[in-house]
Amino acid sequence: MPELERHSFDVLVIGAGGAGLRAAIEAREHGMRTAVLCKSLFGKAHTVMAEGGIAAAMGNVNSSDSWQVHFRDTMRGGKFLNNWRMAELHAQEAPQRVWELETYGALFDRTKDGRISQRNFGGHEYPRLAHVGDRTGLELIRTLQQKIVSLQQEDFKEFGDYEERLRVFQEFTVTDLVKDGDRIAGVFGYWRESGRFVLFEAPAVILATGGIGKSFKVTSNSWEYTGDGHALALRAGASLINMEFIQFHPTGMVWPPSVKGILVTESVRGDGGVLRNSEGKRFMFDYIPEVFKDKYADNEEEGDRWYTDQANNRRPPELLPRDEVARAINSEVKAGRGSPHGGVFLDVSTRLPAEEIRKRLPSMHHQFKELADVDITAQPMEVGPTCHYVMGGVEVDPDTGSSSVAGLYAAGEVSGGMHGSNRLGGNSLSDLLVFGRRAGAGASEYVRALDSRPAVPEETVTEARATALKPFQQEGGENPYTLHMELQQSMNDLVGIIRRQGEMEEALQRLEKLKERAQSLTVEGHQQFNPGWHLALDLRNMLLVSECVAKAALLRTESRGGHTRDDHPSMDAEWRRKLLVCNVDGDRVSVEEKPQIPIRGDLLDLFDRTELEKYLTAEELS
Amino acid sequence: MSYQGKFRVWRGDDSGGALEDFTVEVNEGEVVLDIIHRLQATQAPDLAVRWNCKAGKCGSCSAEINGRPRLLCMTRMSVFEESETITVTPMRTFPIIRDLVTDVSFNYTKAREVPSFAPPKDLAPGEYRMQQVDVERSQEFRKCIECFLCQNTCHVVRDHEENKEAFSGPRFLMRVAELEMHPLDTADRVDQAQDDHGLGYCNITKCCSEVCPEHIHITDNALIPMKERVADRKYDPIVWLGNKLFRR
Repeated sequence: MPELERHSFDVLVIGAGGAGLRAAIEAREHGMRTAVLCKSLFGKAHTVMAEGGIAAAMGNVNSSDSWQVHFRDTMRGGKFLNNWRMAELHAQEAPQRVWELETYGALFDRTKDGRISQRNFGGHEYPRLAHVGDRTGLELIRTLQQKIVSLQQEDFKEFGDYEERLRVFQEFTVTDLVKDGDRIAGVFGYWRESGRFVLFEAPAVILATGGIGKSFKVTSNSWEYTGDGHALALRAGASLINMEFIQFHPTGMVWPPSVKGILVTESVRGDGGVLRNSEGKRFMFDYIPEVFKDKYADNEEEGDRWYTDQANNRRPPELLPRDEVARAINSEVKAGRGSPHGGVFLDVSTRLPAEEIRKRLPSMHHQFKELADVDITAQPMEVGPTCHYVMGGVEVDPDTGSSSVAGLYAAGEVSGGMHGSNRLGGNSLSDLLVFGRRAGAGASEYVRALDSRPAVPEETVTEARATALKPFQQEGGENPYTLHMELQQSMNDLVGIIRRQGEMEEALQRLEKLKERAQSLTVEGHQQFNPGWHLALDLRNMLLVSECVAKAALLRTESRGGHTRDDHPSMDAEWRRKLLVCNVDGDRVSVEEKPQIPIRGDLLDLFDRTELEKYLTAEELS
Repeated sequence: MSYQGKFRVWRGDDSGGALEDFTVEVNEGEVVLDIIHRLQATQAPDLAVRWNCKAGKCGSCSAEINGRPRLLCMTRMSVFEESETITVTPMRTFPIIRDLVTDVSFNYTKAREVPSFAPPKDLAPGEYRMQQVDVERSQEFRKCIECFLCQNTCHVVRDHEENKEAFSGPRFLMRVAELEMHPLDTADRVDQAQDDHGLGYCNITKCCSEVCPEHIHITDNALIPMKERVADRKYDPIVWLGNKLFRR
């Protein structure tokens, strides 16, 4: 057996998207020797795909905005299932996190008086999203990447080594968390390039691995989104919450087939784009749900006036929260009023001058021109729902990001609770920054307070290596690509945007069989940059996480946010008080109910009683 | 709609390799990366390729298609004749790791050598004020997705390993220009560009701008203005005389 490469750090961050990088910056600034481990090249993480902006109540465009209004919008968007403490911290701290990015060198679009410009977005009462055209995610990732480089330059000046206190291990996959008794002791994984194994010893690990979209066929997510952090946490003994809530973004590309699912930013609608069916009708006016009736325009004239006069008009229903819009599109297509390729029309060409579209939505213009031969300044786009985001994730302490396992932290999409049953657009990037920073600080405090560092038990290393090598040692087994495609098809068809009991039961049976077949996967070639092998290992995570999604979705007999039951179409106030918690024992997922912590009184007082009556039980209101 | 396309894909590692022929299904609307993925799923499961977003936003899937530096995910199959054999090779300027994957660490090394944004000391977070027209120049450069195709195509380093030490390449000269044009950056970057990053090696053939998938005007808007600033400082006879007399 070749010598195992070993490293030792104070804090390990898994994932190099917005949350991971912000966490790493914080840990390093707390004096921790910090490493970032990421599956792709540094700077390529999925955060680059975020388009619309970062939600933060800075009040630059409308001074009536405040953290309280942002908090209210977030809770409404999540249908009050959110962890209210996370929503509170998020709304309070987001502006600081955005301003801080400017000190790192970010260049946001500006208002006339030179401040950061803010745009409208679904579910946000005021223009709130700091943005750079429609490539805000790229700006965020590059800014954080460059901040890390700047910290490394400081270390170079002080120690003559760029990587003295902060090092990035890129194209590296973590396969297992390693524990010493009850607490985290490090991680085990492999270099994607060489396939060589590495052991990292560290008392604290921050998961910032993003989502799970690659378990679904139509998704806006890249290959990285295989639920690694979710599965690592489960196997290490932490619990996941809210896994039944998956956001299907209403507007993904539907044609050509090879780009099906790729995101079309919500900014198209925020900037005036409208949805029409094959009859040319703006159908969203037919889909305003009862709870939002007083907040949205019921006629086109008022909706159109809102873009220029928000004080005296209600917003157009195209800007309802994403779950509502996605369901509406789904219904229109089902009713036979869809576009030729099975979506609906999203049109900005008749709403804004061509020059303005190119300026405000440059990457959408580019994307449609290059990939679909569609000029969005002259033609409508065809769009339909695409699996975009998982609201569920590791159950964490809101203030520190700590999971129930000592030394294990989570931030960003891999954590659960903040967004409740549905995330508002723009709240993801701010979530990454607010809770990335908090997890970095939380992990640092934990390490500082330790009396003794954990030790890695050698047998767990041997075991982790054996698990990772298994696909090479079996002959005549199945191709991981085949299994992956079957998994994606099953999740898409049976646990997708509209769910039914019978279908989910079938999904669980199929998952059982897939799990069995996954035991005997075979990969060809050797360990050096071998995508077949990588997929075989990622499949283990996807299967475990998919089981959580299907089991939790089957149990929740109501419809709320990113969980729509055809057989239980209404929202049930009793269910709002319950979280579904997933744990794993061996390779079995168990799901249990757990009561929600009641919302703090002063936060409840931010809402009208009539609004609370739509969500809370009579008992809670008394 | 679909047809059997002919492909030649370079396969091998740092010890050598060769073009391998494949015949593979091509469907309407597909891009070259779709075909590479189909090869992985059906004929060559260990074919190495980097990719992520598949939407031209992350800059991972850079390679050379029929000799031209391009993103695999943004090259539509419809730009080729059905009968054409399409050759896919790794970027030539960087060392091979395996198949289509190259070692791009040169770029990360160069990135570290550019001194970071130097913020104004007297402004607290939230107090930054900049006009849109002033940020737009640097914003153009910040559209860069770091696909490194410009670095790959630049003749200063493409066939001249010996220049890599002294020359940062278009991507990072553009980064210097971006910081130089940042309305609030306090550092002076003109001398650096010439002395530390090798701006003088660039003879503005615009190859970098031509291959940029983001259509950034690297040469016209970043490199030439930097050269002008260098010329103003270093070669203007009055400034030269002033420097001699007053020894800055």
